[in-house]
Amino acid sequence: MPQPWDSPLVAKLTGQFGSGLSALTYLGQNYLTVDRSLIPNVLQILRDEEQFDYCVDVTAVHYPKRELQFDVIWILYSFTKNERLRVKTQIADGAHIPSVAFLWPTANWLEREAFDMFGIQFDGHPELKRILLPDGWKGHPLRKDYGIIEQDQEWVQINLGIESGQ
Amino acid sequence: MSDPTTSISHLDLDESKKTFLDANELILNMGPQHPATHGVLRVILRLDGEKVMGLECVIGYLHRGVEKIAEHRTYTMFNPYVDRMDYVAAVSNGLGYCEAVEKLLNIEAPPRANYIRVILTELNRMASHQLWLGTHALDIGAMTPLFYTFRDREEILKIFEKYCGARLTTHAFRIGGCQYETYEGFEKDVTKFLTFVAPKIDEYEELLTTNRIWVERTKKVGTISAKDCIALGVTGPVLRASGVKWDLRKAQPYAAYKEFDFDIPTGQNGDTYDRYLVRMAEMRQSLRIIQQAVDKIPEGPIMAKVSKVMKPPVGEIYHSIEAPKGELGYFIVSDGSTQPYRVRVRPPSFVNLQALDLMCRGQLVADVIAVIGTLDIVLGEVDR
Repeated sequence: MPQPWDSPLVAKLTGQFGSGLSALTYLGQNYLTVDRSLIPNVLQILRDEEQFDYCVDVTAVHYPKRELQFDVIWILYSFTKNERLRVKTQIADGAHIPSVAFLWPTANWLEREAFDMFGIQFDGHPELKRILLPDGWKGHPLRKDYGIIEQDQEWVQINLGIESGQ
Repeated sequence: MSDPTTSISHLDLDESKKTFLDANELILNMGPQHPATHGVLRVILRLDGEKVMGLECVIGYLHRGVEKIAEHRTYTMFNPYVDRMDYVAAVSNGLGYCEAVEKLLNIEAPPRANYIRVILTELNRMASHQLWLGTHALDIGAMTPLFYTFRDREEILKIFEKYCGARLTTHAFRIGGCQYETYEGFEKDVTKFLTFVAPKIDEYEELLTTNRIWVERTKKVGTISAKDCIALGVTGPVLRASGVKWDLRKAQPYAAYKEFDFDIPTGQNGDTYDRYLVRMAEMRQSLRIIQQAVDKIPEGPIMAKVSKVMKPPVGEIYHSIEAPKGELGYFIVSDGSTQPYRVRVRPPSFVNLQALDLMCRGQLVADVIAVIGTLDIVLGEVDR
């Protein structure tokens, strides 16, 4: 089970943001669960004041049974501290989340992939479009309600000239 | 896939008003069927004469939905799939995945298994760098190194074949340790390989390091600063060639790496030539690690106690290793069942490829080939 995590960083953040933020640790890895509304501020502080200068990954997880269906996860690393930190938030289907591509340019493609696979909208992204799937494709394959052999039949028929890709 | 005229908005096709003196921007499509893109990568280049003004990568031609497949397989069944991402360094992929699941299960592989893992992973790093060197040199116009590196890489593949029956997609490791004990004469074969390959690396260097054409084609080509590397999340030899002394094997040691003595080679200029030197030095460091591992490999079991039906407790884990191309991470979410709820692969090639645009700006068309080569991407891992 995840345990509460306490550190000067957490004390500082809770002092500033209060109850919108909880810090946990599991198997030796620390993560913050943050309210959707605090995300831009928390990430900005982590980069500017806490030296988390390397954004390792931006990804999502789909929980269709929850009201806020998506977990969005940022995995950060600090070269100076040699420390990793995950930041997590929950958003509803169709809700928007601010892009961090202006904080960490590497997020550009990572957010495009999260958009492609989950349909999460990142506001302020320089060019939010599909990256792995073709532009005209319908549906977001890593959602739980998207079947493993499901495909965009129409796209396949028009663009590949075959009945089915299966 | 996107149409070149729509993806780059600066293109003005109405040329009637222009005279032959006007600088014309030219949109040039490269790939996806192009021998120098190392697979099915498509690059849309915006050119002014021979100068690259910008480019856009179109990827996804090799997308197989590995992350989706993972959600429909058990932890054990998904293990062979990871080999198909970076298929020239399959052993590294397997190591990262197995260690991530082991962490989630809260078990540890026994010491002997960790040593076997280090030996095979370093051999694979060697093989990956050799393949990179051969194809990269071929792209630039030097044909001989390809034959040399493939000849020597064969010896590594033979060791893999003798160990587990497969040469490329090895599936060498299992969750909890290794499936197979080393074969009779394994240590001897590895030692023999080390003495065989050390002078061969000098031979590669003799062909290239001071070669006038090689130096002209690689120095000050595709330069990237340490600051840009970090901002773009670029890792591996590319980051080190820009002067950042960072290697996950040292920064956050996994497997048995903290028991070995080795250096992290770095460059200063962050150009294609420095990246070449860094990778050459890394090959020699790999030999050092393998030698130490063979010398003091402990006896003992090779498999931890793992139940046949794996049900990791509910939770999340992120584990990453230093693959030959950079930081390879696995983010795994368990819902307590036999199948992972979500597996996210953080591929080094995908993230590093994003820097191509920046590295090619202001360079010549011919340099794009050199830069794609020096990034050392594998499209199987970019597209997953």
